Amino acid sequence: MTAPREPGAGIAVAPEQAISGDAVLCSGLVYRFGEHTAVDHVDLRISPGETFGLLGPNGAGKTTTIRMLVTLLRPMAGRISVLGLDTQTQPMRVRRVIGYVPQLLSADATLTGRENVELFARLFDVPRAGRRELVESALATMGLTEAAGRVVKTYSGGMVRRLELAQALVNSPRLLILDEPTVGLDPIARTDVWEHITRLRETAGMTVLMTTHYMDEADLYCDRVALMHGGSIRATGSPDELKAQLRAELGGDATLDDVFRYFTGGTLDDDTGKGGIRDVRRARRTARRLG
Amino acid sequence: MSAAPGALPAASAEHPAFGPALLPPDTPLATVRRLASRVVTLCWVELRKIRHDRTELYTRAIQPALWLLIYGEVFTRIHAIPTPGGIPYLAYLAPGILAQSALFIAIFYGIQIIWERDAGVLTKLMVTPTPRSALITGKAFAAGVRSVMQAAVVLILSAILGVSLTANPVKLLGAIVVVVLGSAFFSCLSMSIAGLALSRDRLMGIGQAITMPLFFSSSALYPEDIMPGWLQVISRCNPLSYEVDALRGLLIGTPAHLGLDFAVLIGATIAGVAASAALLPRLAR
Repeated sequence: MTAPREPGAGIAVAPEQAISGDAVLCSGLVYRFGEHTAVDHVDLRISPGETFGLLGPNGAGKTTTIRMLVTLLRPMAGRISVLGLDTQTQPMRVRRVIGYVPQLLSADATLTGRENVELFARLFDVPRAGRRELVESALATMGLTEAAGRVVKTYSGGMVRRLELAQALVNSPRLLILDEPTVGLDPIARTDVWEHITRLRETAGMTVLMTTHYMDEADLYCDRVALMHGGSIRATGSPDELKAQLRAELGGDATLDDVFRYFTGGTLDDDTGKGGIRDVRRARRTARRLG
Repeated sequence: MSAAPGALPAASAEHPAFGPALLPPDTPLATVRRLASRVVTLCWVELRKIRHDRTELYTRAIQPALWLLIYGEVFTRIHAIPTPGGIPYLAYLAPGILAQSALFIAIFYGIQIIWERDAGVLTKLMVTPTPRSALITGKAFAAGVRSVMQAAVVLILSAILGVSLTANPVKLLGAIVVVVLGSAFFSCLSMSIAGLALSRDRLMGIGQAITMPLFFSSSALYPEDIMPGWLQVISRCNPLSYEVDALRGLLIGTPAHLGLDFAVLIGATIAGVAASAALLPRLAR
């Protein structure tokens, strides 16, 4: 891409170049681990400004798709364009315009919160003048100002997640990619993390791509979702659209869980016996059905 | 709650909290500056870590202290090992022990990268605009920073034991550069092994298995000319010998081949960076 040169500082991404068209466009994406095809001809189109959820059980290929999007894995077939940038020919540029929060809680536990954020500000070449203010404002946005001087070892899971969001913000990403942002968090921390993500979206207006296997979260927070199973995408649409399609068969109170089962023929936890909130909800639904 | 799909999101320049995203130019000069910036950043992180937890600095000082106090004092007394210019054996030994303690730190540095892999930190670092070689170079020099801190402890210890060391600031600076280069190479060796072994336990085993052979097959404890022929050959292939030679020349003033020493250490470091950068994706898979 040919961006206009500015003397000194660098090349600012002209908004019409970086944001025109789709935030993410994937076509014919394939990735295999040995014999196993983890991602099988996936097509995805995400519009700027929307919150898009990639839903599916563990092993559906969500994380592998994300890892290709963030330039960690090279697709074996197909192409990905992120904000108009090709992930295979311009990986460094793609990395500059995205913020990525991986599935694992992954801040450096031996550094303080502030140091963790400053590290990423430095790695994204935030100029020294104004770096401090940027770091402080990212910490403040995530409600971590008071804890910023403490070593991350002492943080709770929800705080680490918020810290990771603060880290992902220092380069003012146009696209925020969250891989299972609330997995392993207690319900209060989950709500808290979502409140912060929502507030971010409202102020910064960034596009958000997230994966989850919590259907309730997807239903609440996503504009559109794609249902992924066995490496391929089975249905795409807004949660309401998808539920409306099923209304005829399942009645008025179809949940996204039911939608998922309808389109994929699989359940959300067909290969892991993870308990938690989904089991509770299923039990509650079963109880309701039985009267 | 959301912007209508298709509408342009507010440009980040309009958002007061966060500055505009810049795509820096890709000129060769900019690339070199970015590499330097990454090295500085990762060394900064290392210094912060040392500051938060200094126990390693102290516990790792015990072994070199024993080598100098017990082994060094005894062998100085029995005059068993000929030294160039007849200098006390303890003075001859001190740079060798300094190199050894730097080696011990560097050879297990790959554990840190495996730990970072397991904690997901490495993945995140690899999604920043940091080329793999810059990441490895930064880590290698960070290992150098840690080693220099350790070397300072050994140096002070040697001075207390009566070893007369140079006070020439240029030579001291040269010694720091040698320690950094040596540690950079051995940490790259460790990170390469990490890329092959992929697990902390295996890396620990391999590290333990190669540390002592590296140490004993170098000129850290005794001059090359009293080694058997086959060991001399190995010693000449061992970068540790060149590190020790340079440190002795700079700190004690024994005759050294500084040009060759620096050339070998720089060459080895570059090769080490290339090898571990090539193996790094195996860790991120």
